[in-house]
Amino acid sequence: MIDVSLTVAGITKSFSRRAIFRDISFSLHGGDSLAITGRNGSGKSTLVKILCDVLTPTAGAVQYAIDGKNVSMESAKDQLGMVSPYLQLYDEFSGLENLELLSRIRSNNFPIDERSSEFLKLVGLWDRRKDMVRTYSSGMKQRLKYAFALLHRPLVLILDEPTSNLDAEGVDVVKSVVENQKSSGILVVATNDAMEARWCGQELQLGDQAQAELKR
Amino acid sequence: MKFVKYGSIILITFVIIAGLAIPLSPSPQGWLQFPVIPALEEKARNIFFHVPVAWTTVVAFLVALFYGYRYLRSRDINDDIKSVSSAGLGLLFCVLATITGALWAKFNWGSFWNWDPRETSIFVLLLIYGAYFALRSALESEEKRATLSAVYSIVAGITVPFFIFVMPRMMAGLHPGAKGDPEGAGPVVQFDMSPNMLLVFLLSLLGFTLLYVWLFNIRVRMAKLEYERNPHHS
Amino acid sequence: MSALSSTYALIRKDILSELRTRYALNALLMFVVTTVATILFALRSDQPTPTVLSGMYWVVIFFTAMSGLSRVFVSEEERGTTMTLQLVASPSVVYFGKLLFNVALTLSLTLAVTLLYTIVFSTSFTIQTPSIFAVTVLLGSLGFASAATIIAAIVAKANTRGTLYPVLAFPVLIVLLMTVMNATTKALDGEEFGAAMGDFQILLGYIFAMTGGSYLLFDFVWKD
Repeated sequence: MIDVSLTVAGITKSFSRRAIFRDISFSLHGGDSLAITGRNGSGKSTLVKILCDVLTPTAGAVQYAIDGKNVSMESAKDQLGMVSPYLQLYDEFSGLENLELLSRIRSNNFPIDERSSEFLKLVGLWDRRKDMVRTYSSGMKQRLKYAFALLHRPLVLILDEPTSNLDAEGVDVVKSVVENQKSSGILVVATNDAMEARWCGQELQLGDQAQAELKR
Repeated sequence: MKFVKYGSIILITFVIIAGLAIPLSPSPQGWLQFPVIPALEEKARNIFFHVPVAWTTVVAFLVALFYGYRYLRSRDINDDIKSVSSAGLGLLFCVLATITGALWAKFNWGSFWNWDPRETSIFVLLLIYGAYFALRSALESEEKRATLSAVYSIVAGITVPFFIFVMPRMMAGLHPGAKGDPEGAGPVVQFDMSPNMLLVFLLSLLGFTLLYVWLFNIRVRMAKLEYERNPHHS
Repeated sequence: MSALSSTYALIRKDILSELRTRYALNALLMFVVTTVATILFALRSDQPTPTVLSGMYWVVIFFTAMSGLSRVFVSEEERGTTMTLQLVASPSVVYFGKLLFNVALTLSLTLAVTLLYTIVFSTSFTIQTPSIFAVTVLLGSLGFASAATIIAAIVAKANTRGTLYPVLAFPVLIVLLMTVMNATTKALDGEEFGAAMGDFQILLGYIFAMTGGSYLLFDFVWKD
């Protein structure tokens, strides 16, 4: 397993001076998994966005390290995969085209055709790969998001509401993805569901009064 | 602050009196007579009011820009409060400058507006202020409002040197001192005025600047109080 | 270098997307045709002077640009793909990709309007100094695109009422508009190339200042 770590120190986020959460700190290494739990509105998705450098925290820092050396957020993004209800893909393109276009923008080094067919098959979208995403059901869009998140074999996988819109088959795919990720890198899951939270070794519970509790 | 308040009241009052009351004469004697400037004559009195007001609006813009930049670095909402307070004053002074300018234009050249470079510049500044506030009203999140209006003011600020310095040189204009200006409005523009006129002018400049500082101070304090009263206002 | 290939890939994505949806192209085409038609009706058989013509030329460009150049950011924001882009591309890649797309769009626009004008105003729209015209159109398009792009990025983040984009863009573009109109008149009047040097200097200065400033400020706009 590659040596990868995610260190979060003193993260606070406020909107219009109302704090959503304060002073969150934790550290994860390869093989670790963290569930972020809490009621609706407690800031789970907000924290997830901060971990992916899509949102700037009001205070605190997020630091990724590979092989023991700190890496910039820019380079870290190449090792990050994210699935989220807020993530959208381009609906004027097909599933396959989305993977190809986004992969080129990311400047990935691997042969796109092989990789996309591998993951489209994994998520069960191979037959619909040439259809426009506009025609996909919400469950299919969720599966495509997984293909997009996993395409570059990220060391860190962050899932916000991992099984939303998925049928039983889809949930099974997610479970295998989760197991795979736990043995090869870092996994973070943000969820309301207690069962999903139990996939992870640690739990960070976000409370109502902007507090956070690290359990286990 | 007391110096600023009293200073501005005294200076502006003095300037209003001196600027309007001191008579013109072809060969001025002593301190209580202004020289006659060809082509301008009585209308030259406008310089005591129009120029300082125009100067103040530019100062207000630069201050708004400065605090906008500070906000981008500090993310401290107080910097944004100062920026928008200054911008509000800038807008006010800009309107005054446009009006005093248009009045002068009417009396001097016959029509209220002619699109000469300086007129166009003050008009553009007015548009920038308007756009700044339009942008702010379209943003609900406090942080976004502060960030994006700071960025816009800097982007607009980048164009300001262009139209203030470059345009009048490129085009002939009506304003005294522009290329193609007939006869001797020079003294007014090159500030080669008689000492007593220069004094009144400089005092006016100072008086209006102090007025701006005073108003700025009040506005910032008011905004801070309102802000504290509504801790979660967006 | 991967930043270059990323930028190219982003531009390619936007071009392909545009060809598929024709989001901006349609608006642009309609605008050009309707504004030129309106001008034609207003003039009837009167032939406009070079000053009026050059003014009208850039007015058409301005309004058409206002209906199309914000697409690069507004479409991402509207469809929720901003976050997707943030995950795959660095802010510089996004800025230059969107900027170059807008440059291409503006240049195509100027080409279309030039052709249309040569046909419609065949007697009066004679470019007597093509060198001035070509340089003006090139520099003008670059300047236009650089200002329009950063403002599009700003507007995309606001609760967009449609009118916000031109309201913000116009004051910033006025300097550019005045300069290009000046230079275009010189091109139509047949003045020497050297006569427009001052205008070109302003345009170059504007392009550098605007592009440089936008690049430095882009991070603040793009990242929440």
